[in-house]
Amino acid sequence: MSEAKVIRAGEKPAKGFDITQLILEGRAFFALIVIVAVFSFLSPNYFSTSNFLIMASHVAIYGILSIGMLLVILNGGIDLSVGSTLGLCGVVAGFLMQGITLKAFGVIAYPPVWVVAVLTCGLGALVGAINGVLIAYLRVPAFVATLGVMYVARGVALLMTNGLTYNNLGGRPELGNTGFDWLGFNRLFNVPLGVLALALLAALCGLTLARTSFGRWLYASGGNMRAAELSGVPVKSVQITVYILSGICAAIAGLVLSSQLTSAGPTAGTSYELTAIAAVVIGGAALTGGRGSTRGTMLGAFVIGFLSDGLVIIGVSSYWQTVFTGAVIILAVLLNSIQYGGRLVRS
Amino acid sequence: MSITVDTSGANQSDHIDAGQIVLAARHIAKSYGSIHALKGVNFDVHRGQVTTLFGENGAGKSTLMKILSGIVHPSSGEILLDGMPVRFNSSSEARDRGISIIHQELSLAPNLSVRDNIFMGREIMKRGMVDFAEEERQAKALMEELEQDIDPLTLVENLRLGQQQIVEIARALSVNSRILIMDEPTSALSATEVEVLFKVIRDLTSRGVSIVYISHHLEEALQITDHAVVFRDGEMAASGPRREIDLEWIVRNMVGDKFDLGSPPQGHPITDVAIAVENLTVQDPNGGGYHVVDHLSLSVRSGEIVCIYGLMGAGRTELLETIAGRLKAIDGRILLKGQDISRLTIAQRIDAGLCLVPEDRQRDGLVQSMTVGENLSLASIKAFTDRIFTSRPREQEVIKRAIAQVHIKTEGGSAAITSLSGGNQQKVVIGKMLATNPKVLLLDEPSRGIDVGAKGEVFRLLAEGARQGLAVVYSTSEVGECFSVAHRIIVLRRGRIAAEFDSSTTKEKIMAASGEAMVA
Repeated sequence: MSEAKVIRAGEKPAKGFDITQLILEGRAFFALIVIVAVFSFLSPNYFSTSNFLIMASHVAIYGILSIGMLLVILNGGIDLSVGSTLGLCGVVAGFLMQGITLKAFGVIAYPPVWVVAVLTCGLGALVGAINGVLIAYLRVPAFVATLGVMYVARGVALLMTNGLTYNNLGGRPELGNTGFDWLGFNRLFNVPLGVLALALLAALCGLTLARTSFGRWLYASGGNMRAAELSGVPVKSVQITVYILSGICAAIAGLVLSSQLTSAGPTAGTSYELTAIAAVVIGGAALTGGRGSTRGTMLGAFVIGFLSDGLVIIGVSSYWQTVFTGAVIILAVLLNSIQYGGRLVRS
Repeated sequence: MSITVDTSGANQSDHIDAGQIVLAARHIAKSYGSIHALKGVNFDVHRGQVTTLFGENGAGKSTLMKILSGIVHPSSGEILLDGMPVRFNSSSEARDRGISIIHQELSLAPNLSVRDNIFMGREIMKRGMVDFAEEERQAKALMEELEQDIDPLTLVENLRLGQQQIVEIARALSVNSRILIMDEPTSALSATEVEVLFKVIRDLTSRGVSIVYISHHLEEALQITDHAVVFRDGEMAASGPRREIDLEWIVRNMVGDKFDLGSPPQGHPITDVAIAVENLTVQDPNGGGYHVVDHLSLSVRSGEIVCIYGLMGAGRTELLETIAGRLKAIDGRILLKGQDISRLTIAQRIDAGLCLVPEDRQRDGLVQSMTVGENLSLASIKAFTDRIFTSRPREQEVIKRAIAQVHIKTEGGSAAITSLSGGNQQKVVIGKMLATNPKVLLLDEPSRGIDVGAKGEVFRLLAEGARQGLAVVYSTSEVGECFSVAHRIIVLRRGRIAAEFDSSTTKEKIMAASGEAMVA
């Protein structure tokens, strides 16, 4: 459980020993323990380091997306475009790996993998910036703006490949662009790099939320945008920044996924945005903004990932997985409304 | 003079003449947490007459009306309808018994027609379908009864405000209301619309409908009222029939003279001009097409406290929000220490030393999901940030200093903001702004919704700030608060300065200048 330690960065000290409060606050953590215990009991293969690492590398994709989603939801918004952005970024990475034909010079340029990664993240940031400008300056509701961008990004990805998939992402040694599978297959200290990327991003996110002025601005403008603005918080740039960061997270997730698969398809990441939202909600964040933590969101992502992989391992049909995931989400939202319902301020 | 002056509210006769008094409240008390909105009041509604309830903001008028119309339950006391004790569990129960309320903010659906609004929630059904023809016929009849030329199929959003008010009244009449409560019905009406409304009211009373009327426009209310009741700080201060009262009596009982809100600080230097606005003009932010602030010029010196008084809609909030940067001016300049700041953002103005404590604490002042400490330090994050990271010890210092400076009663910086009383929440908003070391502090109705004790403390804070060289501008809609710490009193009326007084003026002069009362 090395992940659990890393994602504790940025937590707030717990106050009081109210038992109901403790269960409510730590519900995702308890849920994770229950899931691990139940599946370990049901299948001898579940409780092993290698299985945890495999499951964690599945969680990495959703986890990275949900970090970006957490920032957006803390701001009181929603980003439905991350799944499509993930797909588009994967396809663009695949496209760049095939070489760029520069007709003017009559050459085909093969950018090294790090350049591909940087360009892909730049694309994610651009998609996020479009979302942000639409929402902050053109006052399009976040749900609608990101819904539109979701379709556009998916459409562009399909257009680029004509619906086909880039399969040979390995690169060639003589072109100097090998190593795309590095992110998906390599391990550091026996931990998959995708998981390490998730841990790093979670730590960064936790630190940003807890210890930077941007983090404080984000909580404030999500909790009460008008009050934050009158207190001198640059609410519009905060709003745009969270969508850019969410786009970058989607791009990183796209890189990790296409690297794990060594192929980039235009339909990759379909409906992943919903899983990311579910992880954030299970982690105790309020969709109205202002409440939520990195720790909770990571636990939420692991609850979803460990649950669905556990069901696969014990041989439950994937249809049932869908039902279980839905039930967990509803339960989480129910607990959210109990937790926050009593605190609503009436004026 | 046989006016009952009753501050205890408990020793009034419990004898009820059922022929005269149709609805009576007896010893009604209501508390919200530690705040006592009503402290055991009696209130009578006379059949076929207009009973007007006077009182300043926070005196408990609206609370009592909400209790009478079933929206709010009293903490104690009873309501007698035709002499019989009743208990309403909801506003629709009260409506079924013939009591309707028309709120200050109209509760109409602008996207629906007049007909649909009148019958909203109790549509006339015929064979499982809405009988639109019958509804239209009845709506038309109601409009004729009220002598209004409004087509029942017009969308409410296309009506003028006065006409919308008529629709509200029609809705109340359509359920055969015997008692109609009107909370500030004229605040958004033009003079001719007010006359129409008064005609309708006289019409209604002649048909035996009892009216409870609330208004801040005293002079106007006196024209229509038969009985006056004055509330002050949750208690009944006085009551009497029309022939025994006059404006002076109302003002005296409304304001009282019992509490001391301080006096203008003296003996410290009042130096150069800190903030000046020149020719400031602001368009109505709600698209009304007129100027809410109309070519207004004003300057305030360091160490000086200026009070801005005006009725609702006089442009107080808009003036302060424009200076702070929330609203955009279409003309004019704002000078802070001689430097034009009209193009700066709110954040830049705060950095330059100008900040606003907004009127609506819950909506604009506090982040409810954050702690007391996080709220206090929100405007001065830069002061405890090194390059990237915030410094916790230095933030704690800022929070501790702010809590001590504005005397917030709290368990500490980590307490939830919602755990504080209204007065302490207001002090958090003020403390947050003072933590930015401002040169100019604007406060929009700083005393709204807080009790008298907290008011005194807030004004003492302002006096203390002025002594240390702060320029303070606060607005108020309660004339008594003009006479606290202000060196100068500026009266706004329709976006312009109607008059300017020093602290030796009288309440009557201020009220006359604001258009509230025409006494010389």
